[in-house]
Amino acid sequence: MLVLIFLVIPTISVVIGSVYLDGAFSFGRIGALFDAASLRTLRTSVVLSGVTALVGAVLGAVLAWLIVSSPPTSVFRRLVVSLSSVLAQFGGVALAFAFIATIGFQGVVTLWVKDHLGLNFASSGWLYELPGLILVYTYFQIPLMVIVFLPALEGLREEWREAAVSLGATRWQYLREVAFPLLTPAFLGSTLLLFANAFAAYATAAALVSQGNPIVPLLIKNALTSEVVLGQAGFGYALALEMVFVVALVMIAYNLLVRRTSRWLQ
Amino acid sequence: MSAMTRKGPHPALRWSLLALFGIFFLTPLLSMADFSTRNLIQGGRTGQAWKNLFQDDALYSAILISLGLALFTVVLMLLVLVPTMIWVRLRTPWAKGMMEFLCLLPLTIPALVIVVGLKGVYDWVTYFLSYVGLGESALALTFVYVVLVLPYSYRALDSAMSAIDLKTLSEAARSLGASWTTTIMRVVVPNIWSGILSASFIAIAVVLGEYTIASLMGYTTLQVQIVAIGKADGTTSVAASLAVLLLGFVLLMVLSLFGGRGRRTGATEDPVAPAPSVPASLSPRPQPGGNNHP
Repeated sequence: MLVLIFLVIPTISVVIGSVYLDGAFSFGRIGALFDAASLRTLRTSVVLSGVTALVGAVLGAVLAWLIVSSPPTSVFRRLVVSLSSVLAQFGGVALAFAFIATIGFQGVVTLWVKDHLGLNFASSGWLYELPGLILVYTYFQIPLMVIVFLPALEGLREEWREAAVSLGATRWQYLREVAFPLLTPAFLGSTLLLFANAFAAYATAAALVSQGNPIVPLLIKNALTSEVVLGQAGFGYALALEMVFVVALVMIAYNLLVRRTSRWLQ
Repeated sequence: MSAMTRKGPHPALRWSLLALFGIFFLTPLLSMADFSTRNLIQGGRTGQAWKNLFQDDALYSAILISLGLALFTVVLMLLVLVPTMIWVRLRTPWAKGMMEFLCLLPLTIPALVIVVGLKGVYDWVTYFLSYVGLGESALALTFVYVVLVLPYSYRALDSAMSAIDLKTLSEAARSLGASWTTTIMRVVVPNIWSGILSASFIAIAVVLGEYTIASLMGYTTLQVQIVAIGKADGTTSVAASLAVLLLGFVLLMVLSLFGGRGRRTGATEDPVAPAPSVPASLSPRPQPGGNNHP
């Protein structure tokens, strides 16, 4: 019941609101999605999500591979997993401030480098624009990858390695011909999940970006908070629909990949 | 051949890579601690930013609002979820798939989309609240937060319930004359205590960290206030952010250590960790712990 009221109805009202508002049908708002400005925002969002998903997936997979050799009960592994959980899921605003404190104008590392190397790398304000977003997003994408990819890595059974060894495989052959092919669907699936995660993320960008609305979530905020002034009533609905569409597309692809993975994990 | 018997990379490579990751992840966190104790104007150290957490009226009241929201969300979530899940398990097992789907649905719909669509729904939620005398209270957020924490809490409770023989326990209690309330409160709840704790801890962490919905609906919760003062008073914002991160980390760490001992299924699954952001039905691996019936 709660889910119905607070989740399903809002979603449906987004879909309806994007074409029907104040008693009139209109595809104008959907059309506005294909403005040059809206398309540019969408492209920036896709680039941001794509780059951070790829980098996060690769580095996250490496980190997961590093900690999988510790037993699940070890304190070290629990530490890493708990920290990953916090950073990946509950960070939001806090992560923006973490980077402002580190490499912002007055950041700890900024000042240290300035004192010791006489170089001010923060002066251009890149942290508050797309490059900064990429860095901060990567900071929460890697931990998310660790969390979603670790179960797949654990699913690689010891017996398979032993079988490969007893058949005379080298370590490299085992990795290339057994481990990588088995892990590929899980890896791609996790990458898609990371993409959706970055695409829908809002809090970090809202706290970090100082001017302009370079990505779709911020454009939605803009449409929500100033739609009366600009007279573009309901554009927020259309943008939200666009977001649902992209995320749904990615999740469907994810589902297909996962179905492939679970075949051998069962 | 000895290289083949090892799981994972060579120790030297492993530790140097781990060190690199450690530097990348810990530098911002340590910088926060450093930054939050700096006196940006006069130089030197000061604990003012941390004192502000209690002395700054606006921030302090935002902290109280967030803690209150966390409390109400946990209570409402447990009241809704625990009896329903027990009921579904005992009486309507065919509805389990649907329930799982509903509970995990919030993960696939971005919070931002919920906000956009929620405006209409909240008009009558605030109407109802003002009817019972709560007016424009931020507590109105409780309802949407319960939905938001459902996926995490559902999984925590579900794995705890899978670990006990719910049917036998409740039938025994019922046949000895206990009412349903007594059965739930005095027989089932003590047995799934670890699951209830995890569900609550995760819900607290989610609520304390939530920014999107609160800010766009115009409520001043902790995160909203952190951003609001960020422009003028960076150190206080950083101190508050670090406090939230640390609290979340401590909650999850306690849970992880606690849950690891209390688990009877012997599965490798951590109550917090395994892909909480992935719907169980979608996750790359069937969940251990007995809840992966087709």
